[in-house]
Amino acid sequence: MTAREKILGRIRAQKKRGPLAGADADLLKQRIADHARNIVPERSRLPKAGQVDLFQTKMEGLGATTERVASAADIPARIRDYLSQKNLPTRIKVSPSEILTGLGWDTVPMIEVVVGAGTEEDMVGLSPAFAGIAETGTLMMLSGPETPSTVNFLPENHIAVLKVSDMVGAFEEAWDALRAAHGEALPRTVNLISGPSRTADIEQTLIMGAHGPKTLHVILVEDGT
Amino acid sequence: MQVTSRKFKESAHEAMADEDLRAAMNRIRTAFTTARADAAAELPEFESLRDQAAEIKDHVLDNLDYYLEYFEQKVVAEGGHVHWCSTAEEARQAVLKICRDANARTVTKGKSMITEEIALNKFLASEGIEPIETDLGEYIIQLADEPPSHIIGPAVHKTREQVTDLFHEHHQQYGYQDREEDPEKLVGEARTVLRHKYVTADVGITGANFLIAETGSTVIVTNEGNGDLTQSLPKTHIVVASLEKIVPTLEDASTLMRVLARSATGQEMSVYTTFSTGPKRKDDIDGPENFHVVLLDGGRTEMLGTELQELLRCIRCGACMNHCPVYHAVGGHSYGWVYPGPIGAALNPQMVGIEEARHLPNASSFCGRCEEVCPVRIPLPKILRYWREKTFEQQIGPQPDRWAIEWWGFFAKRPWLYRQTTRLAARVLSMIAGDKGRIRSLPFAKGWTSVRDLPAPEGKTFMEQWKKHNREGR
Ligand code: SF4
Repeated sequence: MTAREKILGRIRAQKKRGPLAGADADLLKQRIADHARNIVPERSRLPKAGQVDLFQTKMEGLGATTERVASAADIPARIRDYLSQKNLPTRIKVSPSEILTGLGWDTVPMIEVVVGAGTEEDMVGLSPAFAGIAETGTLMMLSGPETPSTVNFLPENHIAVLKVSDMVGAFEEAWDALRAAHGEALPRTVNLISGPSRTADIEQTLIMGAHGPKTLHVILVEDGT
Repeated sequence: MQVTSRKFKESAHEAMADEDLRAAMNRIRTAFTTARADAAAELPEFESLRDQAAEIKDHVLDNLDYYLEYFEQKVVAEGGHVHWCSTAEEARQAVLKICRDANARTVTKGKSMITEEIALNKFLASEGIEPIETDLGEYIIQLADEPPSHIIGPAVHKTREQVTDLFHEHHQQYGYQDREEDPEKLVGEARTVLRHKYVTADVGITGANFLIAETGSTVIVTNEGNGDLTQSLPKTHIVVASLEKIVPTLEDASTLMRVLARSATGQEMSVYTTFSTGPKRKDDIDGPENFHVVLLDGGRTEMLGTELQELLRCIRCGACMNHCPVYHAVGGHSYGWVYPGPIGAALNPQMVGIEEARHLPNASSFCGRCEEVCPVRIPLPKILRYWREKTFEQQIGPQPDRWAIEWWGFFAKRPWLYRQTTRLAARVLSMIAGDKGRIRSLPFAKGWTSVRDLPAPEGKTFMEQWKKHNREGR
């Protein structure tokens, strides 16, 4: 008997029944297909403007910084300013996503844009978010050919771009947006990111930047919503 | 890991005399409990979310076979593999086989209690494969060659000086000659040392907080981001998870996420919650080429349909130990196996045998705090009582304890005799204590009187006072 058979057999023996079939199995199958929402916190039910405010408050409470720009075209100049303010290197690793690579980087010649996946020596990474979740101040990032997830983790400093139109109130809305965009199969990696990396493993002292980025900056693009 | 639960009493005594441990436990008692209370108060739906979280888990446990098969089918459809393992040994062998197929020499690891449970590190090392823990706390105790003392903060018992010494000893090979004491610099050292390991490791092993049937995803929750580097840089990603971690849908996982971090550290969300589904896709430019889920039973299915089933709702948040006066007093190592605190006291007798873990069900003051804070409402005190009864029935408790219980049973069945005897005892104790009302030393109660005085009864039994109170009340 294989381990699989043993385990399934034990479950059924302990539950004093055979394999679930017929109507019982249909019910469970339907439960998955429906993926009904459980309790959704009231705080997430806000008009878009309120969601953006809540997202920023939560994100900043987690030690990230945020700013809003009127259009995506403003991003290169804002990143130049951010890097100089924070005294960060001007070489940035950018996800190979049209949304970012297509920006007018030639207007900021001092910034060296390197397109690709994250590597060990990257100091700054720039990547696009799939959604923002206001409830907890959380970014949803998807892996894909244009959005390697290493850009979110390897560089010491992470800048994420989030379109305000992609802001949702609660996790459940983000899952629905993901299902609508991707069908039933998820991308290899879905990252929910709430603030920069931290640890409290040495005498419970909070230290930022344990393994992931030490800083997280979110640029919210008000794309006409 | 080596089971030492049998020595609970000795270990607890040593632990209570350890000043560093006292300080560490004080930090837990204050920091974690306040943070949890604040987080719970911030979310009006918190209590109903706990009810729902428990319901979801119950539903899964009642239909576990269905959801496991569904999950497996989804993992396979996305290009991954599922390895069913009945025992720890099967799980170790499954991991070894995958490592061998990957020609692995080094393996990075995210935090995983199941790999502690199956003692994977020792095993891999004995097979010539170097395991490298990447969660800072796990890394520290790996250098110290110690087991974790808390399920979410494995190195909570370590002082900064001890970490300084460990890093000084082990990091010189990487060019760190100075003895660093500043926590920020210590974290920086570990960050740099481990960064290179992520990139060069052949296999990355993580645990899973949840497995999602709907999508065939595995989910990890971390604050450091180590799990993400562990699972995205090496060619092969192995997830080692126990089978009760399954939930039906992304929505169900969301409900559990809402109670997990709040109960654990008082955060609304941990920094990184990561859903992994299959290996990297055809055009992806990063991510692992192979994805394996090693699914461990390890004695869990035997708990289904029994008094212990509710323990399988546990989401390993650590709240029960953070709030436990006994854990605060004796620390995590005293419990003698992977899981400390109330959940350990309730679970370990099943996992390592009641004979070995017979002291653990007594490591409780039955104050009920654990059940009050458990996000999935596990009736931990009830389960500890179940084990106490078991040890009594099976006659494996210490002989004096059993005599005491038998004596008490004899009197309790004879109310008149019981009242007379307790009345006499109350008066005698009151006389011994004299004016001070406290007894310095008493034979048969040395465990108590060697470290503190016994407050003496004032001369009347509870029953007498109750009657008097009722008469006067009327
Ligand atoms: S028993 Fe409850 S409180 Fe304790 S670790 Fe498990 S889920 Fe958390």
